Amino acid sequence: MIAALKCDKMLLVQAELDGELDAAEAAALAVHRQECAICQGAAAELTRARALIGDDLYQPVRDEFRQRIIAQLAAAASPRIPPSLGWRRRWWPSAAGFGIGAACAAGLTALMLTSAQIDLTEQIVAGHVRALQPGHLEDVASTDQHTVKPWFDGRIDFAPPVKDLVAERFALRGGRLDYIGGRPVATLVYQRDKHLIDLYGWPATDVERSPETMQRQGYNIVHWTRNGMALWAVSDLEPSQLREFVEAWRRSP
Amino acid sequence: MLPHLDAAYNLARWLMRDSAAAEDIVQEAMLRALTYFASFKGVNPRAWLLQIVRNAAYTSRNLNHGVQFVPIGETAEPGIIASDDLVSDADDPEMALIKARGERQVRELITALPIELRETLILRELEELSYKEIAEITRTPIGTVMSRLFRARRLLLQDASEGGTS
Repeated sequence: MIAALKCDKMLLVQAELDGELDAAEAAALAVHRQECAICQGAAAELTRARALIGDDLYQPVRDEFRQRIIAQLAAAASPRIPPSLGWRRRWWPSAAGFGIGAACAAGLTALMLTSAQIDLTEQIVAGHVRALQPGHLEDVASTDQHTVKPWFDGRIDFAPPVKDLVAERFALRGGRLDYIGGRPVATLVYQRDKHLIDLYGWPATDVERSPETMQRQGYNIVHWTRNGMALWAVSDLEPSQLREFVEAWRRSP
Repeated sequence: MLPHLDAAYNLARWLMRDSAAAEDIVQEAMLRALTYFASFKGVNPRAWLLQIVRNAAYTSRNLNHGVQFVPIGETAEPGIIASDDLVSDADDPEMALIKARGERQVRELITALPIELRETLILRELEELSYKEIAEITRTPIGTVMSRLFRARRLLLQDASEGGTS
């Protein structure tokens, strides 16, 4: 039954189950848990409680309602688009995300397509720079590819390849969602020494494309396409090292 | 915002406990989001939209004090336990039926939770948001988010055990 007893570490036990503890905190808790029957009981109960809640409790919108909202947003958005629209580069990714909603307005669709084609590289860099702000780097922080990959399930409509390249000294740090080119994309975060590498991926229209190196605002970018996935690596690493990362990624099964 | 329409509705549906009321809230929230999007400076549009949804829900009359009488049986919408669900678990029809009953029971138990526990649980378990994001959306300290989540899960488990597994 439900433990009536209390231990002040019980909320930490829960935080660990929710993936909210970092490695050091989790290790410290593990030591405590070995000796605390209350926390062991709490862990068992919380696990059972979590198992009660299945994805089928999620309540999505009715199609008819979705259509209504799309129509309303389009109607509301179209007279409102000022010519400049304030597409400040820094906020472009979020703006693009919203753009999906408003894209029904024909004018905006055209605007977005053009911008997306011209600015994709800049968006990639902007996304990378934005992610370097404190607390914005990862939505899921884990060095385990089997934690990072499932995290994307249900968040995006494709399964991004997640590889651990720690053997090549590119350690996986986690992943997050970004908005690039008006669509949600998967971003994997790798690290070599003090340098962070963002790897963006989304389904591509062209199937294969060899790596191509670019530079923007002092960042190095490598773009290639593989097995129908467009991949963009961006980092402040030296071009040769970023290239090494890309080769390691491409070699890895 | 459209990619987050399901998230918006899911939260509204659990908060309002009524599909028509939830659609009203979502509609209002989406238009509000459109209006204020230019001033949005954050990086997490989903959390931002959910905050708008929550505000809209709380200011709507029906949610005044988080107290609302919901007759048992009304909480599960007709058709929610779709025949598809039963068929999909094709290995054992009887297990599927038990499972479906269990889901319905859990749905009712969550619906019966006090609103502050319910929203925390939904944001964590169904939207899979971090404590920090939940704290921002509900404008609550993280410690409170953690204790609410704990209470919600405990109550759920307690009620599920008392309700019997028949």
